[in-house]
Amino acid sequence: MHSQFKYWKPYVSPYDPCKPIRVKSYSTPPQLYMNFQPPGLPQFQSPKQALMHGTLWPQLYSPYPDPHKRGEKS
Amino acid sequence: MFYYEKKLQYPVRVSQCNPMLAKFLVEQYGGADGELAAALRYMNQRYTIPDKVIGLLNDIAMEEFSHLEMIATMIYKLTKDATPEMMKAAGLGDHYVAHDSALFYNNASGVPWTASYIQAKGDPIADLYEDIAAEEKARATYQWIIDMSDDPDLNDGLKFLREREVIHSLRFREAVEILKDDQGKKKIF
Repeated sequence: MHSQFKYWKPYVSPYDPCKPIRVKSYSTPPQLYMNFQPPGLPQFQSPKQALMHGTLWPQLYSPYPDPHKRGEKS
Repeated sequence: MFYYEKKLQYPVRVSQCNPMLAKFLVEQYGGADGELAAALRYMNQRYTIPDKVIGLLNDIAMEEFSHLEMIATMIYKLTKDATPEMMKAAGLGDHYVAHDSALFYNNASGVPWTASYIQAKGDPIADLYEDIAAEEKARATYQWIIDMSDDPDLNDGLKFLREREVIHSLRFREAVEILKDDQGKKKIF
């Protein structure tokens, strides 16, 4: 599985007026890595679960906001 | 073609964390009298202006692009570390939903830049008079932004940019004098 978010460290100037955000992130959702959906992907256990996720397939679920929020640490 | 020097025309310092100033500065980025409009106006008009003043329009267009970079740097510094909450508090909530903290060519009210801000009439006097008016309007816009800002370091850069508008206006006025064509001639009326 690929990671759902990528992190990068922007340049931080000693003269920046605001408190710097040292790590920024962007979403890399699963469709990025699945150019064509293969048949027979595993599905969620129940229709209710699928409904709540907005997709039948866990592998295509993209969380937002970033559940790890690594961008706000360090 | 362009040769790019990886530095700003004049140093940009921003000392206070005040993202609301970014909302005002964007008027000079993608506004009707902003640097983008100025640069594109002159770089386009230069083709059909008499040879004697092509170089002037060319050089001023290049300088306007340098100013555009300075304005972009100011806006970037003021917004790059702003959280969504800070953007909302600064009146930039509508900008955030469309652009995150990316810069975009729109004016302070969020109206996107349009080519109808500029003109190329083909008549050299009409074009140069428009250019003079554009410089004066840009100068006035800098004045009003300086009035809204209490950051001395930011204002230092804005005062430099305002002064350049003054000089450009004068150079365009001189271009009109050149095209009036009696300059330097002994002519008795």
